[in-house]
Amino acid sequence: MENVEPAQVRDTAGMPRRALYTGAIYGLGALIAGALGVPALLYLFTQPKSRSRQEWVEIGDTTKLAVDSPVEIAFRRNRADGWKVTSEKNTAWVVKRPDNTVVAFGPQCTHLGCAYHWDEDKKEFLCPCHTSLFSIEGKVLAGPAPRPLDRYDTKIEGNKLLVGRLRLAAEKA
Amino acid sequence: MKQRLESVLNWLDHRTGLPAAYRTFMGERIPASSGWHQILGSVAAFLFLVQAFTGVLLAFNYAPTPGDAYNSLRYILSELTAGRLIRGLHHWGASMIIVVVVLHMIQVFLYGAYKKPREATWMVGVVLLLVTLAYGLTGYLLPWDNRAYWGTVVATQIAASTPVAGPYLTRLLGGAGGVGVVTFARFYALHVLLLPPATMFLIALHIYLVRKHGVAAAPGDELVPTKVFYPAQVFKDTVAIFIAFAILFTMAVAVRVPLEQLADPSDTAYIPRPEWYFLFLFQTLKLFNGPLEVVGSTILPGLAILTLILVPFIDRGQMVKVTRRTVAFTFVALAAIGWTGLTAAAIATTPHEALVTQVDYSAPTDWIELSPQEMAGIAYFREENCVSCHAIGASSLGPDLTRTAIHKDAAWMIRHFKQPAEVRPGSSMPPIALSDSQLNSLAAFLLKLTPENASALENAPEFAARGALVYEANHCSACHMVNGVGMKLGPPLNGLAKRQTRSWVEGHFANPQKLSPGSIMPPYPLSPRDMRDLTTYLFALPE
Repeated sequence: MENVEPAQVRDTAGMPRRALYTGAIYGLGALIAGALGVPALLYLFTQPKSRSRQEWVEIGDTTKLAVDSPVEIAFRRNRADGWKVTSEKNTAWVVKRPDNTVVAFGPQCTHLGCAYHWDEDKKEFLCPCHTSLFSIEGKVLAGPAPRPLDRYDTKIEGNKLLVGRLRLAAEKA
Repeated sequence: MKQRLESVLNWLDHRTGLPAAYRTFMGERIPASSGWHQILGSVAAFLFLVQAFTGVLLAFNYAPTPGDAYNSLRYILSELTAGRLIRGLHHWGASMIIVVVVLHMIQVFLYGAYKKPREATWMVGVVLLLVTLAYGLTGYLLPWDNRAYWGTVVATQIAASTPVAGPYLTRLLGGAGGVGVVTFARFYALHVLLLPPATMFLIALHIYLVRKHGVAAAPGDELVPTKVFYPAQVFKDTVAIFIAFAILFTMAVAVRVPLEQLADPSDTAYIPRPEWYFLFLFQTLKLFNGPLEVVGSTILPGLAILTLILVPFIDRGQMVKVTRRTVAFTFVALAAIGWTGLTAAAIATTPHEALVTQVDYSAPTDWIELSPQEMAGIAYFREENCVSCHAIGASSLGPDLTRTAIHKDAAWMIRHFKQPAEVRPGSSMPPIALSDSQLNSLAAFLLKLTPENASALENAPEFAARGALVYEANHCSACHMVNGVGMKLGPPLNGLAKRQTRSWVEGHFANPQKLSPGSIMPPYPLSPRDMRDLTTYLFALPE
């Protein structure tokens, strides 16, 4: 019978208790929503911790590269795609510069992803789709390409050329 | 501001009627005796929403085909932020919803709230209980690890033993040729396509019926004025929901849900265990053998469900005060004792081998690739308590050993272990009193440490570190190969779990010639603990 109060008592004491009730309902509700919502957002929006570390793939011998004469080299490597690891074919346009540094460009034009090629006569990279032109350093010379050619991370061990991740070039660099 | 809100609500009310419907819903009159004992239905409904929410989140990163299912779950657990928490909520939420649904049922039963005109409400409730159990049964298979696979093998075999309907049930569940890809697809479809809408419909029907007849009044309620649902009763419901959620959240954070190895249909040594809420059924089954099996698998559970559904027609008396319903109390007490007894018996009779540490694949398992020598190094690292000065992945008193830049060759490290200050002047590290081969082990392990694998190696299971220690101490690698290291005089030990049973391997250590005549392996009288750790370690090795 604890819940039955005379009418006059309810009139005076009812309001603060009502406020307590509604406050608790919204407060506890918000706590639960937060405890579910925050992990859900983290789960959906944070990058997966990729446990596959940067994988270096040996793609060629630097002594066999001629200076300033780009060659396209194909190689296979594993790519982690969610819970799957797939082995896929990649290519790189590799250039040895006169100072003996080596640059490996991603094989796609930065405009719409067409495969470009090296024009030996003009000494330029030419994309056949919309005639974007890139210099031997990957800089945009002409055409609609918005940014220079993308580059792979590279390192040289002895004579071996290794490539790592493909890094997108900055716009208008 | 308030006026603004009111005009918006008015507009909405005119167009949809929803605010009015909400006010009607919240303004329901409930009997004066309503209170804390009626919170359980709301908690169950809330838990269903949590299951739906976490289930959808899991599905966002889950590939529902065998093999991929397992890999994607591992991906959720080990690579996604909060993935472990979300799976924990879903896993423990399933257990909790069963507890709450059963408690809800017991409350309604004790109060006799199923009496006329609320028979239909009760029966829909019984169906909801069965649906909840169906979620548990179908969801159990979805991780597609050994536990899931073999648990489902048992469940489908029980279904197959049903008289008349058995073969049809088996075919329907896709288990005709044993549990396989078809079973998986069917269980997945049931779990996420069929059961959720069915549950939503049944919950809506259940709540509609509750509203139609009103909350059951206790005798004497008619003499006092009714109360309003909002906010007093809603407050009680919310507090109960919050307590339930707090318990669930704590479980999800604190109690790790393991993931065993990928389902292996050829692993006949695996001893399946059903989920705890099915253990009593499992035990009932053991009481009936041979032709009587059908009694335990079908007739008794069938009768129990039928009785449950018919409760309102069996007890048709007038509503009496709950304190005077001694028969109902006796009935619940007997059921509780029976259930507890059967469950306890099932736990007590669990064979030891089913409780042996399984490798938890929900955590990174880089340690599995180490050679026994390196693995034993982890044991020495722990024994010597190196971590008190060399925190893994952090700088403390000593340098962070995961930094590959400070790794020197093994010879240097061993000299340093013996006389730290001589090799590195000013070092305050005390010398390590281990034999040369033990120091070699320690150095081999430290050379393998990188920032990426540090936490996985640091958390390598104790049985594996100790097992490798026993392996090294007994020079097993003089004849055997593990992970490509060791000699080939004896058989390689990777894949041992596939070839032999645990008891065979343990018997073989004690007396090799008895089990494999002509073997040149000497007997190894190991202590029970060493034997267990070594065998578990060898069984955990990759194939």
